Amino acid sequence: MTMTNPTPGNPAPAAKPIVPPKPQGRLKAALDSDIFYSWRRSPVTIVATVVALALILMAILAPWIAPHNPFDPASLNLMDGFTPPMTENQFTGNSYALGTDNQGRDMLSSIMYGSRISLFVGAMATAFAITLGVSLGLVAGYNGGMIDGIIMRIADIQLSFPGILIALLIFGIARGVIPANQQESMAIWVLIIAIGLSNWAQFARTVRGATMVERQKDYVSAARIMGVHPFLILLRHVLPNVLGPVLVIGTIGLALAIIEEATLSFLGVGVPPTQPSLGTLIRIGQQFLFSGEWWILLFPALTLILLALSVNLLGDWLRDALNPKLR
Amino acid sequence: MLAFIIRRLAQSVLVMLFVALIAFIVFRYVGDPIASMVGVETRLEDQEIMRARLGLNDPVIWQFLRFVGNALQGEFGISYRLQQPVTELILSRLPATLELAFASATIALVFGLTLGVFTALKPRSFLTGLVMAVSLIGVSLPTFLIGIGLIYIFAVELGWFPSFGRGQTVDLGWWRTGLMTESGLRSLVLPAITLSLFQLTLIMRLVRAEMLEVLRTEYIRFARARGLSQRAIHFGHALKNTLVPVLTITGLQLGSVIAFAIVTETVFQWPGVGSLFIVSVQVVDVPVMAAYLMFIALVFVLINLIVDILYYVVDPRLRVDGGGGGK
Amino acid sequence: MTQPVLSVRNLTVEFPTRRGILTAVQDITFDIMPGEVLGVVGESGAGKSMTGAAIIGLIDPPGRIAKGEIWLGDQRIDNLAPDRMRKIRGRRIGMIFQDPLTSLNPLYRISRQLIETIRTHLPLSQADARKRAIKLLDDVGIPDAARRIDDYPHQFSGGMRQRVVIALALCADPEVVIADEPTTALDVSVQAQIIDVMKEICAERGAAIMLVTHDMGVIAETADRVAVMYAGRLAEIGPVASVIKNAKHPYSQGLMGAIPKLGENLDRLVHIPGSMPRLNAIPQGCAFNPRCPQVFDKCRTHRPAASEIEPGRRAACWLYPEVTEA
Repeated sequence: MTMTNPTPGNPAPAAKPIVPPKPQGRLKAALDSDIFYSWRRSPVTIVATVVALALILMAILAPWIAPHNPFDPASLNLMDGFTPPMTENQFTGNSYALGTDNQGRDMLSSIMYGSRISLFVGAMATAFAITLGVSLGLVAGYNGGMIDGIIMRIADIQLSFPGILIALLIFGIARGVIPANQQESMAIWVLIIAIGLSNWAQFARTVRGATMVERQKDYVSAARIMGVHPFLILLRHVLPNVLGPVLVIGTIGLALAIIEEATLSFLGVGVPPTQPSLGTLIRIGQQFLFSGEWWILLFPALTLILLALSVNLLGDWLRDALNPKLR
Repeated sequence: MLAFIIRRLAQSVLVMLFVALIAFIVFRYVGDPIASMVGVETRLEDQEIMRARLGLNDPVIWQFLRFVGNALQGEFGISYRLQQPVTELILSRLPATLELAFASATIALVFGLTLGVFTALKPRSFLTGLVMAVSLIGVSLPTFLIGIGLIYIFAVELGWFPSFGRGQTVDLGWWRTGLMTESGLRSLVLPAITLSLFQLTLIMRLVRAEMLEVLRTEYIRFARARGLSQRAIHFGHALKNTLVPVLTITGLQLGSVIAFAIVTETVFQWPGVGSLFIVSVQVVDVPVMAAYLMFIALVFVLINLIVDILYYVVDPRLRVDGGGGGK
Repeated sequence: MTQPVLSVRNLTVEFPTRRGILTAVQDITFDIMPGEVLGVVGESGAGKSMTGAAIIGLIDPPGRIAKGEIWLGDQRIDNLAPDRMRKIRGRRIGMIFQDPLTSLNPLYRISRQLIETIRTHLPLSQADARKRAIKLLDDVGIPDAARRIDDYPHQFSGGMRQRVVIALALCADPEVVIADEPTTALDVSVQAQIIDVMKEICAERGAAIMLVTHDMGVIAETADRVAVMYAGRLAEIGPVASVIKNAKHPYSQGLMGAIPKLGENLDRLVHIPGSMPRLNAIPQGCAFNPRCPQVFDKCRTHRPAASEIEPGRRAACWLYPEVTEA
């Protein structure tokens, strides 16, 4: 017996016959267990998963679990403004876990609702980027030639320009085009499209590469001979192949999108002030940094960092787990 | 060599024309140029006359060509907001941005390269683990938060560096520099670090990944098998091969420093092109947006061109066979 | 009897993985005499290349030599400090890799790569090293060596590049050259030339060759002795002619049947059913037992050691009474 298995109670299988290539299902199961194994082995990843899930749950459930509704002007009391965390307000005697901002809004609730908006924009923008990128990548890889050239040149240009700049530009254009009275209601969608449009190229590149490899294979010509449109076949074969990379880029892309949204909102061109995201909260909080009301800035900032970091860590781990060569 | 440069130049011109088209579309169709220039009380007939005089009724192609022609002469119209020629505005703010970008690029390049090589050569060292962990946190930290954090620690709490502005400047012709006074240099420190961190981590991770890849190649194995010293293998062979693929992305990263300066300039109230742009986006000052777009595109195209030429110099495989013989 | 130039004793190479320890090479013993050509043959994954890597001290971590000794002349080299081993690599043991397209650094002229290697090992001036390099290129059959030396690798064809690789391996006149599948990546038309050049230049310099290949035909034409490896173990070793004519181990019998002979009909090629087990599933007893046509009970439980069954011939098979248990 050549393989010495250190785990007791698991005697090495006797004279395992020469195994033919495993069927698809078992291979998949083995892969899954490998991923699970590397997940269990990495405490950092476990913590990141827990933190990310907690933040996401908190965001989704905000309307039900938040102690206050920061969007409801009736519940605000200006007298409550600038209450430090865990202390009683000197006028009203109210106390808030994370304090209040200048308008007396409960920071904890603001952060919950803010994360909700940040995550919503980030997730939608990433979904948009994936849809756009995967479709364009498939089209480019399948058609080749001119179409491929044009799509990939645009992707190159997009990749070489920083996303934030593209998003800012789209935002500026949208401001000029959309009538003023609709700007507020459309702002979130403009933001989603702007961020999505600045992040699609990575997906397109990956999918295009995989498509070009698959296109050469026999089953594609076979499909053509049999009268099936090869594009449909490709779709079925390429998509599973690129699932891993797309998942990795998507996860890291989600972190990027969240950061990008926060940056845009911080710059004052993101979501409208009536629907503050984490970035908006930080923008507001920054004004009070010098005057000593640190909690208005610190807690939204920490939430944003935790969110981006945990998602990033998950993406990083996923990349290593799916690509053992790099370990 | 000459043919290569000419081909690249032609490509650059095409890219610039493409960007010019976008800029033109933005310039011409976002908002109504006339409405932005005149007051509400101007009579419609007068507006028509102006429209005709500005050539806004000419065929679109003609207008586009005129736009390109003007752009070539550095003519981008008058800022709606400030009622000054856009070119003048940008030029007056350019030195601030360029000095900031140059300082950051230097920091990013020097530390990114050093740390990338170090972490690749000593993958098991404690320091490598630390650097990698910090770099992951660095990627997850939005630039504006890093800026705010640095301001809080080094300007508000410690008082070592100023928290905003450029400090004292000296005029050298039209170039207003902050590099010649002590307060100017001190003002540069925090923004430069803020702006460099993101690129620094990117360059470091890229260099590390590429170097690890190179260290696994056959020619490195063969170099080991020939008994070459570690030094010769790492710094003679591996480093150069690492730098070739890293060159493009690094070049573009340095280019995006200028674009990323938007955020840093806002945080530090740095009077550069970026903060000009952000205000222009907020108030839809279209001529400034269009001009800024062209400016950034020009920077990227130039960097691309330089990178391509460097590539050509570094990688013999791209050169036309000058050594004679062989296949 | 003269002393062997290279002597491998009970070499075992292991790779710890999370599912257990994989043994890539197990308990291998052989000698190479000065100037001798030892062919090492086996399927891919049989441990041939790993044996070569172990000898030159270039096993990639986490792999390690778990047991055994490697002697170069009367110096034990498997436990040398990295720095001292480095002075042996290239100087006393040369190595030729499989793919000449990837063995040379594409960014440097071959002159630089040659001179760098020469000057690492020999106290020569730049100019003398260059002269030596040109001479070497000339010896490996590169026409117009004095001019071609300043070319970049991509300016050479595959066969020419492999000649450059051979020149690089022989820069400092090593006593042993390990050639790991030196022709596999090459065009069939130049394979024979490369083997000839290698054999000739080594013979001139008195260097022994350990020729790792899966091509029995190459071994038959080139080697003095042949070692047959299977699943990380030595199945059989002996002089080429006698192993080919009269293979002892059933695996080598099958392998020898696989050498096409002139005029022989292709469908008479002997075929061994099944395939070599993977390293994590090597059966108990003799590793070959599931595929062996002459298998019996003992083969499934006891592992045979490669034992001498005739003078100069060893085999690891229970068919022979002389064979002992490992």
